[in-house]
Parts: sequence; C-alpha cells; structure tokens
Amino acid sequence: MREPFRGHHDMGGLPAGRVEKTEHDYAFWEKRVDAMNVLLASKGHLRVDEMRRNIEALPPDAYDRMSYYERWISAIAATLLQRGVLTADELGRKMEAIAQREGVPR
Amino acid sequence: MTDPLSAAHAHPHRHPPRPDTDDTLGHYQIMEIAIRELLIEKGIVTPAEIQRAIEAMDARGEALGARIVARAWTDPVFKARLMADGTEAVRDFGVDMGTTRLFVVENTPAVHNMIVCTLCSCYPRMVLGLPPDWYKSRNYRSRAVREPRGVLREFGLSVPDDVEVRVHDSTADMRYLVLPLRPGGTESLSAERLAALVSRDAMIGIAFARNP
Repeated sequence: MREPFRGHHDMGGLPAGRVEKTEHDYAFWEKRVDAMNVLLASKGHLRVDEMRRNIEALPPDAYDRMSYYERWISAIAATLLQRGVLTADELGRKMEAIAQREGVPR
Repeated sequence: MTDPLSAAHAHPHRHPPRPDTDDTLGHYQIMEIAIRELLIEKGIVTPAEIQRAIEAMDARGEALGARIVARAWTDPVFKARLMADGTEAVRDFGVDMGTTRLFVVENTPAVHNMIVCTLCSCYPRMVLGLPPDWYKSRNYRSRAVREPRGVLREFGLSVPDDVEVRVHDSTADMRYLVLPLRPGGTESLSAERLAALVSRDAMIGIAFARNP
C-alpha cells in the first residue's frame, strides 16, 4: 500500500539518524519569543492550532534551515497578519527601522 | 559521571548559548523586536508582562517535576489523584496547565514509559520548563515511535527485553509526564532527598531515577 501523504513536519516513524543529546541555554530573544506566544495566547490573539498551521505551512527547506524559535516567530508573525492585528506594511517598515537603528546592513 | 552525553547528565547547570544568538541581529531576531515593539505600541502587551512571562518559564524545571514525583512516591492519596487527573493534582504545586491536560504515566517493573512529540515539540512545559534541543530534533521525533529501545540505548539506557516499552506521542492538548520507578533502598528517605534523585530526563523517560 502506498504511504499516505505526509506533511514535512509529520516525521514519526521515518528513518533518521542517531539522536545527539544536544541542548543549549535559551537565548534572551528565544525566551522573548516564547513569552510573546504565551501572552498572545492568554489574551486571545493566537491559538496553538494557528501556530501549528503556520509552522507546518513552511516550505520543507525553510523548515529544516530555520531554528526552532525562528519558526515560531515567523508563525507568530503570520498569525498576527492573518488576524489583522498587524499589517504587512507596518511590520515591514518597523523591521526596516530597527535594522537601521541597530546598524544592521540590509 | 561528568560525561555530558551520559543519560545521568544532571541538572541544573549551564549550557553555552548558541553562538549565533544575541550578538548579531539576524532577520528573525529583527522580526522579534519589531513584533514586540508594535504589540507594545498598540497596548496589546507590556514590557513588564513579557518580563514576568519569561521569569515564570525560567522558574519551571526539573526541580518542580521532581517534587511532584517525590510526593507521589511518598503520599499514596496524592499519587492516586495524580494518576486519575494529573491536571488537577499538580495544582497543589501551583501549576496551571492552561488549555492543556496533563497525563502522568507510571513506570513499573513491567512497563517503561517515554514521551515524544512526533509532530513538533509538545512537552509538559508547565512542569518541566522548555524542552531540550534533542527532544525537538528530527532524529528523536522520527525514531522514538519506531525503535524506542534503540533510541534509549543511544541515551545509555538499557531496558530489559521482558519490560514493555510504551511511547506516548504528545499533542498540543495532551501532555505526558513519566513517573519514574522509585529506586530500591530508599524507604527511609524524605521526600526532599527523594526529589534529588529525579532528573528531567527520568521524567521524559530516557533515564531512570538515580540510586541514592
């Protein structure tokens, strides 16, 4: 029987390599992303299933290339845009302003 | 036992942050700052709320889970409540599971439990804090449900063939916590000393509780 279609995130049971026991202390920006997710959920601006849908909608190469909290902040952004809490225009302009303020070449 | 890769890898101690984190601003770090500042400008969140949420998550971890396990080992009434309704029982420790439910799975001489989230990273974070990287890795998520004994061996844990291994695949709504087997020879130990034997990894099910 043919294997049913799987999303890229749906990896249970697939062949994979040895488990390396890696861990790191979370960076401040990662903790802030986590906190923002918790707060937005508690205030009714985001639901876990929206986060999941937006993470699972990432193209496979992006999913693999991005770090865990990069996937999260991108899913938070997508959710807030979909809900109209933020607009793409204001987010884009804000990111541009921050890059300039912090002297990050764009 | 100082090998950082050993299953007995004890906590708390510090791991180095990833080198690519706070020193240079990447695209997604800029996105984080932008979203945070916009949400603050719009009055949706405050800086103090973010700080409090970070501190609350930092306060959760192995020590909290270990206290719950030690109580279950020493208080049969609490253990019965914990097994019947984990979500409700952990309120005794100030843990609010929010929209999720907690299911405690008990190791016995005949059954060893371990937890995974094949789809993403669901984890009993309200008890144990944020998950370690390996829990979220492709290799663990893929293989834990297909060849758990092989994965456990890679963590240095050998579960005898006559012990059944049960793997619990977490979801956004259902979180699992392993109640490890109480080590022998600990009958006279206080709950506080028992808690010191319980590691995060034992509550994920990739290690046993330590012997005293």
